[in-house]
Amino acid sequence: MSPRATTSLVPGKTNPEFIRNFCIIAHIDHGKSTLADRMLQLTGVVDDRSMRAQYLDRMDIERERGITIKSQAVRMPWEFEGKTFAMNMIDTPGHVDFTYEVSRSLAACEGAILLVDAAQGIEAQTLANLYLAIENDLEIIPVLNKIDLPAAQPEKYAEELANLIGGDPADCLRVSGKTGVGVSELLDQIVRKIPAPVGDPNAPARAMIFDSVYDSYRGVVTYVRMVDGSMTPRERITMMSTKAVHECLEIGVSSPEPEPTKGLGVGEVGYLITGVKDVRQSKVGDTVTSAMKPATQALKGYSEPKPMVYSGIYPIDGSDYPVLREALDKLKLSDASLVYEPETSVALGFGFRCGFLGLLHLEIITERLEREFNLDLIATAPSVVYEVTLEDKRQVTVTNPSEYPVGKISKVLEPMVKATLLSPKDYVGTIMELCQSRRGTLVDMQYFGTDRVQLRYTMPLAEIVFDFFDNLKSRTQGYGSLDYEESGMEQGDLVKVDILLQGEQVDAFSAIVHKDKAYAYGVMMTTKLRELIPRQAFEVPIQAAIGARIIARESIRAFRKDVLAKCYGGDISRKRKLLEKQKEGKKRMKMVGRVEVPQEAFIAALSSSAEKKGEKKAK
Amino acid sequence: MPQFPKGEKAPVDGLIPESALVDVESRTFHAYVHVPYCEVKCGYCDFNTYTADEIGTSTQGTFANTLISEIDFAEVALEKSGFVKREFTSVFFGGGTPTMLPATDLIAMLGKLKNTFGIKATADITTEANPDSVDEQYIKDLKAGGFNRISFGMQSAVPHVLKVLERTHKPENVGKVVGFAKAAGLATSVDLIYGAPGESLADWQQTLEAAIALDTDHISAYSLIVEPGTKLARQVKIGEVEAPNDDIHADMYELTEQLLSQAGFLNYEVSNWSKNISERSGHNMAYWKSMDWWGFGPGAHSHVGGVRWWNVKNPAAYSDRMSAGLSPALEREIIDQENRDIEKVMLETRISDGISLEWMKSKGFAESNVVAGLIADQLVEPIEAMRGHIILTAKGRLLADFVVLKLLG
Repeated sequence: MSPRATTSLVPGKTNPEFIRNFCIIAHIDHGKSTLADRMLQLTGVVDDRSMRAQYLDRMDIERERGITIKSQAVRMPWEFEGKTFAMNMIDTPGHVDFTYEVSRSLAACEGAILLVDAAQGIEAQTLANLYLAIENDLEIIPVLNKIDLPAAQPEKYAEELANLIGGDPADCLRVSGKTGVGVSELLDQIVRKIPAPVGDPNAPARAMIFDSVYDSYRGVVTYVRMVDGSMTPRERITMMSTKAVHECLEIGVSSPEPEPTKGLGVGEVGYLITGVKDVRQSKVGDTVTSAMKPATQALKGYSEPKPMVYSGIYPIDGSDYPVLREALDKLKLSDASLVYEPETSVALGFGFRCGFLGLLHLEIITERLEREFNLDLIATAPSVVYEVTLEDKRQVTVTNPSEYPVGKISKVLEPMVKATLLSPKDYVGTIMELCQSRRGTLVDMQYFGTDRVQLRYTMPLAEIVFDFFDNLKSRTQGYGSLDYEESGMEQGDLVKVDILLQGEQVDAFSAIVHKDKAYAYGVMMTTKLRELIPRQAFEVPIQAAIGARIIARESIRAFRKDVLAKCYGGDISRKRKLLEKQKEGKKRMKMVGRVEVPQEAFIAALSSSAEKKGEKKAK
Repeated sequence: MPQFPKGEKAPVDGLIPESALVDVESRTFHAYVHVPYCEVKCGYCDFNTYTADEIGTSTQGTFANTLISEIDFAEVALEKSGFVKREFTSVFFGGGTPTMLPATDLIAMLGKLKNTFGIKATADITTEANPDSVDEQYIKDLKAGGFNRISFGMQSAVPHVLKVLERTHKPENVGKVVGFAKAAGLATSVDLIYGAPGESLADWQQTLEAAIALDTDHISAYSLIVEPGTKLARQVKIGEVEAPNDDIHADMYELTEQLLSQAGFLNYEVSNWSKNISERSGHNMAYWKSMDWWGFGPGAHSHVGGVRWWNVKNPAAYSDRMSAGLSPALEREIIDQENRDIEKVMLETRISDGISLEWMKSKGFAESNVVAGLIADQLVEPIEAMRGHIILTAKGRLLADFVVLKLLG
């Protein structure tokens, strides 16, 4: 076992040969943060007294959900064969919604630890990130974690990993982040196997931004990997995508608390602070260079974040609208991929149409809004982005069913995804059934080891955003996992179904669905609304329509009697108080035409599969 | 037992705040006497009634005397509160079953009211009666003692319906006692209940026809309400009887309106019909017009100029308070002007005289588009609305609570 390094290398003056940049690829719950904690302790950058669980996860939400949303980098000293190394661990987000951010984090490394729960085996999301790592030419170190668990089957899963990346199952390290077993061997292995970074120290400075975090005290903290050249504090720097020039107020490394340094050199990982207040001015993937002596070529791989899923977010209490606006403005500072614009809905009042990278992103943002800003929110069913071409050749991009054009439509393109599903083999039948019912096309099927199967499908993203994951989980008793990546646009036989209450369209319930599913959607929504909307003084037809054609119809019969027959001396106070209560209740009604609909009815109708959300909201 | 509203503690001296004196001259004064005894407690009933003869220190035999002491108490409390003595414009004995007590007791209480406050010559003086608890002599005695109107709890003419309602009287007795009352020169009314579990529209028609055949001056017809805490509520909860259905109630109400109007009755309040305006229940009209009334007896509610109070329910507790010379009121509420306005809309919308649009608009109620909507839904009479009055249609009467809510905006 290697001892802790007695001295650390000085940042900015470190020979790249003694630098190792790595990340950890792992599924949620496979113990990445716990392993990171042990490394921090073992290398001595965090002493045992100040150690806390999941040290690097800064947001409450990250710690509670056990997932990492924003990555960070930590510099740790480690001694191997008498030499001191600087180990930069770059924490990557674990979720598919953040694929772009993951790919940038990976691009900052030379190697990756493939961390797999020894009791569960690899999951689909890990496969996706592994794929990205291999694409980025990273050295992969397979590691089985949680070997202290009674249910651990390291042999079985070592075999699985060897099958996947090649090599001998015996080379697969076995560790326990919880007990610390095997962690120092792992650090040694990193030094041995992961290549040192290579760059030109004399070339104009080029640093890649792999993360950008908003800090309310210091403004935006930009995490970079120096590729070529070097950077020093007080230098003027340029963002190559925008050509914006900033003064570099501070340069430093995290270890893991920020430590200002005299600069960063080739291969090093650290942070910059320029005083900007919005992460949009410091975009992940962008190249930072010196303003005095700029590089001519930006690093490859930069792209603008592109929302995949849109949802309308509304405050349940309409008077919270300004608070919601302020909250979004704040979150935007730290989340460059969040986009939104004001939207009004007949059913839900004033809110925002928000674009997200994916469903988890949506969930995280709504949860942060509710938790950090104390808001009660309702989100409309997520929608994807459609490209609609009309017969007059006009093209319309639709992110909200209400924008769907009227008139003759010649074609509609919808986003497709390549979905990877992993599960024990017993569930293959039920998964295939599910995918088929969601317009999936099987690409291939592959066994890992003896009992786990990978299915790959192409299917419309729209089918996934609508309760697919919940369905998968329930069909596979929680064992199935899903990953997907964009796979272009394809023409779909799609129609817009509107829901009308007494002839008035209720925008929040319009949906763009496949033609074959329009009827089912119409029946589902009309039935649900019939049950949820209280009887009115007149009959209320509820219709589902495609254009002018009614495809489903229900009606709420009028109530005919509500009067209490007796109202004598002793009844009056009681009755007046009842009336006050009813008046109070009426205030929370939304009017659709003349129909009074309790807000709760809209919410219940919108949260089809959102029992989980309901629980969270129970404060 | 009905839940009392939540109020503030009532003062033991029974004094009424000065605010109640405002506009006192515009209001008439009425008396309600609550007799809390019944032969049996009906399953649907949530009134303050007792079947036992003795409850603590109180007995049926001493009840009249205890109640008479509240009449004395009222006289003093009103006078001390600055009220000029007013005669009663109506007197109503309800329950319970007032006729469980001997006629002499009812007459003694009525006599005390008359001697203490005076009763207008034109006053309606009514008692409720159970058809089985009165005979010809009893009715003659009531008439001789000053009563001029009697209201019988007929409920239904159909045996299986009476059984479900747990009414023990024989249907044929109703005709007999109504006959005695008419012969004695009393104005007559019957109370009916519709919508009991198992009651068909045909059953209800039979009841209505029987009631019409009695040729009374007045008929009240109430839909059966399952009140929380009653035996019926428990039976509904455990599925022993079916919950009353509002749609069937609506059908029955429409039939009631149709048959009674054919028989020459005019509806004057949601649940009340009379042959002539003069035969309306003057007493009940006082409730709906927010007049002043003193409710005597256990659990009785009173209202004087926007101050409402309610007596302790238990006859023994009531009797203890009276013998200690304390106010029997448990709690009271002082209704502010806004709530008095709301009550006015709530109550006057129910009666066929209707409520003035001009007045409502002056209070910020009855927005024009709301009224237009009510007309469109055929809930209010359109021509009356154009003339400045909100008067419910038959359909509107069934949805009176909805209409009120709309008018209040």
